[in-house]
Parts: sequence; structure tokens; C-alpha cells
Amino acid sequence: MPEWWTYRLSDFLMFSSRTYYRLFELYNRELWPGQLLAVALGLVLLALAGRRGTWQRRVVTAILVAAWAWVGWAFHWRRYATINLAAPYFAACCAIQAALLVANTLWRRGLSPPQPPAPDRIGLGIIFFALVLQPLIGPLLGRAWAGVELFGLAPDPTATATLGLLLVAEESWTLWVVPTLWCLAGGATLWAMAAPDAWVTPALATVALVTRAVRRRRGVSR
Amino acid sequence: MFPSARLDRRSLLRALAAAGAAALLRPGRAIAQSTPLLTRRIPSTGEELPLVGLGSWGTFNVGEDRVARDACAAVMRGFFDAGGRLIDCSPMYGSSQPVIGYGLEQLGMPARLFSADKVWTSSGDEGSAQIEASRRAWGVPRFDLLQVHNLLAWEEHLPTLFAMKAAGKLRYVGITTSHGRRHAEFERVMRSQPLDFVQFSYNILDREVEDRLLPLARERGMAVIVNRPFQRGDLIRRYAGTRLPAWAADIDCTSWPQFLLKFIVSHPAVTCAIPATSSVAHVVENLGAARGRLPDEALRRRMIEFVRSV
Repeated sequence: MPEWWTYRLSDFLMFSSRTYYRLFELYNRELWPGQLLAVALGLVLLALAGRRGTWQRRVVTAILVAAWAWVGWAFHWRRYATINLAAPYFAACCAIQAALLVANTLWRRGLSPPQPPAPDRIGLGIIFFALVLQPLIGPLLGRAWAGVELFGLAPDPTATATLGLLLVAEESWTLWVVPTLWCLAGGATLWAMAAPDAWVTPALATVALVTRAVRRRRGVSR
Repeated sequence: MFPSARLDRRSLLRALAAAGAAALLRPGRAIAQSTPLLTRRIPSTGEELPLVGLGSWGTFNVGEDRVARDACAAVMRGFFDAGGRLIDCSPMYGSSQPVIGYGLEQLGMPARLFSADKVWTSSGDEGSAQIEASRRAWGVPRFDLLQVHNLLAWEEHLPTLFAMKAAGKLRYVGITTSHGRRHAEFERVMRSQPLDFVQFSYNILDREVEDRLLPLARERGMAVIVNRPFQRGDLIRRYAGTRLPAWAADIDCTSWPQFLLKFIVSHPAVTCAIPATSSVAHVVENLGAARGRLPDEALRRRMIEFVRSV
């Protein structure tokens, strides 16, 4: 794109904020009562995130694979692509993340176990935020409850919960790329719409990345 | 008033009839719509276009949302009922093309529609297929105007568009840019190609085109469509808390959007401004800028000084 540096973030916003939030409302309406399954899987994820057993790690990884595959196909490919020309690329990134997680399961039996003596509290905190608090932000800001964004269905809480799990598991950077990029893209979209919660996902990604980097530099688990 | 903004007899009779009907049904609105829209001629044919059209960037991209599609159709109904003609779109605007097609179908394909779309692909080979897909999305037999969007691959697309025009599959050919970009190249294309239309950004704060592109359009006999008249709403938000000056009444302005639009369409080289909106009330208000008196050059300067002082 010529003179790309002269564009502002808002120049790339193809739709109104009303259209964006309506997309989630219609999406949730179509999926009901699938939200109950998403919440149940989220609670399972939260319960198993700090466990070290092999099957627990496999269940956590399987839930993440399902979440990324579903968000890529059902949200980005089928819904978001109707208003955003970039959405098919987002869907492809989700598919890549799901494939990387599958490969991780095949080669390494799922995400790494949490390091002793105890699971990372910051990582667990991010997971809890993504599953429980992040969905409340929209309604608390006056958006419709019908448009609530849940882990496993909507991209933002799926990406932040994944980063929390990767922090707990102290996984390799390969698995961090897509969720981190989505946190930036999702935050940029909200920023272009002047949404007051635009900082949330980039901030959570930054916390997760910095925490991981600091621990890696120290060369110890904690 | 600039002499080139005119009323043709058909528009006058249509407007008087509409005003009469409106007066019976909605006395309050009839005052605002009691005078016909001012028009300006497309230089290459003499066809008249109302000074205000309808853009679609960001407002008509509502996807499959039926409620929102109906709301867009209502905006289009308000636009046509108030005398509007030109609707502008692009393949780059997401679902806007099928949404416009949905609205046109709901409205029974209004005869007064002036359909303006764009070709937007880096490959000349893909241009014809994209144009055909756009035409099907609108549901029109042919476009009135096709423009090369943001000069993308213009060397490849313009021959296609000129060939379509020669074959009677298109009435007008144009090019576009926005945000003040690539004006030097834009000017070169204007000087070298027999274009009917050019489209670029112009508003009371972004007036670079007054120096070269607007005079060149007059010299070359090209119609001018103005995009981003409100800087995507920024200008309206900026001045929302400021009262209009008392002398705005001298040019029949009752709101800031009309003030900003009248500044644009009062430039004699401008054929049409295309504000986008998702509100029926706003589309009627915008078209109000194509009614009544327009500022002369002295008043245009006063308008600039006023917004600078705000």
C-alpha cells in the first residue's frame, strides 16, 4: 500500500461500532444454548489449568484446540468476514494456532505441566479474568448482554485465556504468536472505535509476555 | 448563488409535487423540503446531478443483519424521497454493495438512481469479473459511473472502463483518491485521460485540492465528487458544541452539517458531495444543503475564518 504511514487506525475501520457489537448479539442468538457449553468448558479449563497430570494437560489442550478452531470458523470465517475483509486471514491464523496446539499434543502430550512448587499466579489470574471478568466488560460499559463475549466463542477472551495458560505452562514462543497478535488486532479495532476497553487485551498480552520474558531471562521457573 | 447550480424543469415539478404531498402528510418536514434540490451539470453530457449524494463507507457495511439492512433501506428511501440521486460504493466497503442492492430491491429500483461504484483490484485481469460481481450485488442492469478506486492499477483498469463505455455498458468513467493522497499522480491521470468524473477529499479544513485539482477539473470538463466532507464525522463532532453564526441563516443553513456541506458544494467546480450516514434524519438534513442559497466567494472566506476561530 503506498503512503501507508499516512493512514490512521480509524481509516481501516470498515464498519460502525454498532455493527460490530450487533455482530456478537446475532452470533450469540444463533448459537444459544451453545454458550452453556462454552461456559462449562471454560470452568473445566480453569479447574485444570494448574494441574500437572497428563490427561489434565491433554484436556486443557483439547479445549484450546476446539476454542481456536471454532472461533476461526464460526466467528471469523462465517460472521466477521461479512463486515471485515481481513477476517478470512484472522480465520487462517486461528486454524494455524489450532494446528500448532494439535502438533503440541502429538509430540509433547499437550501443554507443559505447571512448574513446581505452584502454578503461576499471574497466569492463573489472566485465565480467571478472561473467563469470568472479561465477558462482563461490555455489559458494564452499557453494551447489550446479548452481545456478551465468551471464551471459546469470541476471539478476545479466547486469546487472553490462551496467553494465561501458556504462561502457566511456560510454553515455547511458537504458541504465543497468534494469540498475541490477536490481542493487538482486537485492541486496535476497539481503539479505532474509541471503545473505552480498547486497552484491555493489549495490556493483558503485555503482562503475559513481560512475565514470561523476565522468567526466561532469569533461567528459572519462578 | 453560483450560476452553475441550477434547477431543471423536471426537478422543479417533481419537487413541488413532493412538497405538496409532504405538506399534507408532515407539515413540519414540508418546510425543509419545500424547495427543490440544486443541481449541477456533468460537464461531459450536461446531465444534472443534485449537489448532495449518498456515500456508503462504514455506514452500509452491516453484513447479514436484517434489521440493520432494513435501516439502510430506510436511509435510501429518505434519500430518494428527498430528491437524491447518486449513491457511491466500492468493492472495498465490505457488505455495502449487497446492502445497497437489498435497499434498491426494497424500494423497487428507483428510476432516479445514479449508481456510482468502483473497481478495486491490483490485477487488470480481475477487473471485469469484479465489476460484474458488483453489478449483480447492486441488481442494476449497468452502472452509471465506474471509478478506479484510489488509482489502484489505473493503467490496466481505465482501458476496460473506456471499452465498457464505448460498448454502452457504462455511462461515465472516473478515478478516485481520498485523504489527500497521491495528488501528483492523480493530476497526471487527469491531464492524460478523457475522464468524466474525478473523486477526492475536500472539506472546509482540507482544501489542498482548491489549488490544482479543482481548477484542473473545470479546465478539463470533469465532474467532481467530493468524499469525506465531514472527515468521517470528526468535523461535526468538533463543532457540535458551537453555535452557528447568525449569518448562516443568509445561506439557509440550519445545522453544522449543512454549513459544512454548503461550503463544499458552493465551489463551482464541485458537482456533488457524498456524505455517508446511517440515519434517515441525517440524510434529509444533508440534502437540505442542496436547497436554498449557497455562499458566494466572500461568504466562503468568512466561513473559513469562522471555523478557524472556533
